[in-house]
Amino acid sequence: MSTIHGEGTAALPSPKPKPVYTSLWRQSFRRLIKNKLAVLGFVVVAFMFAACFIGPLFSPYTDNKINMAFMNKAPSLKHWLGTDALGRDVLTRVLQAGRISLTVGLASMVLSVFVGSLLGVIAGYYRGIADQIIMRLADLLLTIPSLPLLFILGALLSEWKVPTEYRMYIVMLMLSIVGWPSLARMVRGQMLSLREREYMQATVVLGLRDRRKLFNHLLPNLVPLLIVIATLNIGGAILYESVLSYFGLGVMAPTPTWGNMIDAANNMIDFQDHPWLWIPPGFSIFATVIAINIFGDGLRDVLDPKQKR
Amino acid sequence: MDTVLDIEHLSTHFNTEEGVVRAVDDVSLRVRQGEIVCIVGESGSGKSITAMSVMGLVEAPAGQVVGGSIAFRGEDLLKLGRNELRTVRGNEIAMIFQEPMTSLNPVLRIGEQLMEPLMEHRKMSKKAARKRAIELIGEVGISRAEQIADSYPHELSGGMLQRIMIAIAISCDPKLLIADEPTTALDVTIQAQILDMLRRFKEESGMSILLITHDLGVVAEMADYVVVMYAGKVVEEGEVVALFENPQHPYTQGLLKSKPIINQRQDELYSIPGQVPNPLELVPSCYFHDRCAHCMDICRTTEPALKETANRQKVACWLYEEANPHV
Amino acid sequence: MSEPKQPLLEVNGLKKYFPIKSGLFGRTTGNVKAVDDISFTIRQGETFGLVGESGSGKSTVGRTILRLTDKTDGKVKFKGVDLYDLPPQELRRLRPKMQLIFQDPYSSLNPRVRIGDAIGEALLDHGLAPREEIRDRVMEVLNACGLSSYHIDRFPHEFSGGQRQRVGIARALVLNPDLIIADEPVSALDVSIQAQIINLFRKMQDTQGLTYLFISHDLSVVEHLCSHIGVMYLGSMMETASRDELFRNPLHPYTRALLSAVPIPIPKLKRERIVLSGELPNPADPPSGCKFHTRCPFAVARCREEVPLFRNVGNDHSVACHLV
Repeated sequence: MSTIHGEGTAALPSPKPKPVYTSLWRQSFRRLIKNKLAVLGFVVVAFMFAACFIGPLFSPYTDNKINMAFMNKAPSLKHWLGTDALGRDVLTRVLQAGRISLTVGLASMVLSVFVGSLLGVIAGYYRGIADQIIMRLADLLLTIPSLPLLFILGALLSEWKVPTEYRMYIVMLMLSIVGWPSLARMVRGQMLSLREREYMQATVVLGLRDRRKLFNHLLPNLVPLLIVIATLNIGGAILYESVLSYFGLGVMAPTPTWGNMIDAANNMIDFQDHPWLWIPPGFSIFATVIAINIFGDGLRDVLDPKQKR
Repeated sequence: MDTVLDIEHLSTHFNTEEGVVRAVDDVSLRVRQGEIVCIVGESGSGKSITAMSVMGLVEAPAGQVVGGSIAFRGEDLLKLGRNELRTVRGNEIAMIFQEPMTSLNPVLRIGEQLMEPLMEHRKMSKKAARKRAIELIGEVGISRAEQIADSYPHELSGGMLQRIMIAIAISCDPKLLIADEPTTALDVTIQAQILDMLRRFKEESGMSILLITHDLGVVAEMADYVVVMYAGKVVEEGEVVALFENPQHPYTQGLLKSKPIINQRQDELYSIPGQVPNPLELVPSCYFHDRCAHCMDICRTTEPALKETANRQKVACWLYEEANPHV
Repeated sequence: MSEPKQPLLEVNGLKKYFPIKSGLFGRTTGNVKAVDDISFTIRQGETFGLVGESGSGKSTVGRTILRLTDKTDGKVKFKGVDLYDLPPQELRRLRPKMQLIFQDPYSSLNPRVRIGDAIGEALLDHGLAPREEIRDRVMEVLNACGLSSYHIDRFPHEFSGGQRQRVGIARALVLNPDLIIADEPVSALDVSIQAQIINLFRKMQDTQGLTYLFISHDLSVVEHLCSHIGVMYLGSMMETASRDELFRNPLHPYTRALLSAVPIPIPKLKRERIVLSGELPNPADPPSGCKFHTRCPFAVARCREEVPLFRNVGNDHSVACHLV
């Protein structure tokens, strides 16, 4: 018995070599697919994207032709969700609007995540004066409630008579202006907490270069948080876009979005007698945003368990 | 001596994403009146889960007591309803934990937290409870009791908080105190004070203590009777002197040999090779077999039963089976 | 053994104060003297054990030596060079020679970096090995530390605490350091694993001629591993001596109390115990005179008023106590 030494552990019967090296990503993925609700959320989101981007290709009504003979027709086999006041197919319009709404949501998310995380990383990693400037700017933007700010910006767009074909891009910009400060703040907080981790102290002791510390050690730990925020952000952006468009301050007709489609049905007659005009876009907003949030919460649970709200 | 706590064939399982963990697997143990029983084991041995099962702190759906009985003074705790359990818990059975900071409410004053159980279980008036609370603070060796009663947990050191926890635990004169690694987070000089104090209270009140620890030094100082756990099972148990002088299970032997002892220098420490098995990969066998120097064929396939080998000493090891040709 | 060895690390009058800020404008209203005028020397090949309870400042000593936090005053000389005189780039180049092993094997490894990369990346950054050799070097050191070559592509979460600590040791050893500062490297581990790691420390010292600064609260581990021992209390050194001298003839009452408080796994062993009363004083407001006088069973009036000198009492045994 006494022949066993510390070195004997070199041959220790540690768990047999597993065939795959499970990275945290793979682990998270496996946990995610066990979360039924999150998977459902993902399926709904994926379905919305697929339907909006592929669906209209199979529709015979994509030319937006005005057809007075088919005004405000109730759903039928020919027009599954009926037609609107100008005789256009509502289903096709909803899908086309979805393209715009989802694109706006996605693009403004990408933009605000890019700007927010870049500024957040700079503030959190270098601290000092850069931190002060960035965070005070973020604070300033955060003190103004987003919706009124967006209204003012939207009103300015109308005032300056920005051509409708550009408005979509400007709305994306507006939404990312509103989106980046909270994001930058979260990223900065995460950076500050990561900096203090013992494994970051280890990189100092090892004398690693700054570049490696940042790209190999800090950023990989930041990505999960970013994915979660980004996902939840899309939902928010879609909502904001709908609200803006509903008030006629965002993307304008004839470019359809879910928001301005509801706006078009914004009168007592349509509300009561032509529910197929506003229920489909309304339901689309509702389903998409809920699904994104459920999926995002699921992601948060597997990627970033400590950040639960 | 009367038996205060009689655990029979207790099994507590946890459902994890990867499968069912049998954290406590058919464990039986007995605590008699006025006795200190130590459960010793490493992390993952199930020693804390055993204690939590007794206190009813294993919460579904994560974990569940799936079998056995826990008789406290003849009454099966597992059959008690919520309210009945509540009157036992904190009153007749008290518990102290490793981290006193997390077991105290940060927004309540020390005195209030001490008064709570007194008013709840002893039906004391507020005034009487406060008087008793201040007495208790003094009894656990803290001076300036009045002042301490009015302070918040964060204002006290870890050692002081553990004293407060003990004061709360003994406030209702429990018959049984369960102490889960009560001194692990403390410095040795404070640990010595706390252990002395626990022993003193035991002598004075005749309560029993179920002490859970990984520190063999603490076991040697405190225990009357020792239960060694490994991977959810009891592998050996016995009276402390006999067990330390004549450990029978290879795990117990290895554990005792691998601890450096002051003033007994060795060039190289004995060390048990390998590590604790993954609880999800256990198959019927002696769970220690792959780290054991005496491993035989039967150890890999069949689980040894806990058998009495000497006076009050029991071991679960094939080396001591009569059928074993090696003996 | 008797030939005079070169001092590898000289710590002289090291102080580290953490300011206490309060009020609206964060004015400094006082200092926590975490390390208060500490001096010791570690010679090549020695293992110096720094012992103390929580709040004694022993970990801060290790971190201040490595410039993980700035000193307040004093000198830290490594191979004759004052580390605090070095510009950042030169310090970075010197870092591989002095490594730190952390207490917590969980938080000291980046969960998203493969073991092989964690061990090999510093070699790469310092140009200590050509890129194509790094994998071999990492495997070599993994094997030396009792892990297997196939562990190289695993992530930290696939390892147990003991194995992670081996990874931490491998990460330090691959750089071929002269000095290793080990901050409570075994206190988070189970007893059976502790013995494995302690033996590994021993073996590495024998094969690589390492010098250790071993920070621990566990006197039995320190006795087993260290050739010299220093005892700290509230930021001050109370006693230093060689191991044999300290255990045979502990002079400071605190050392004696500490020794007698360690539980020994021999039941019914009757020992004379020096029980300390009270708690550790607030380090922001340490007692006057000898910092230990509030808990010392032998304190006299002089201890309250006068700070005892840390002086050599012969046999390379130094102690700060009026009564010795």
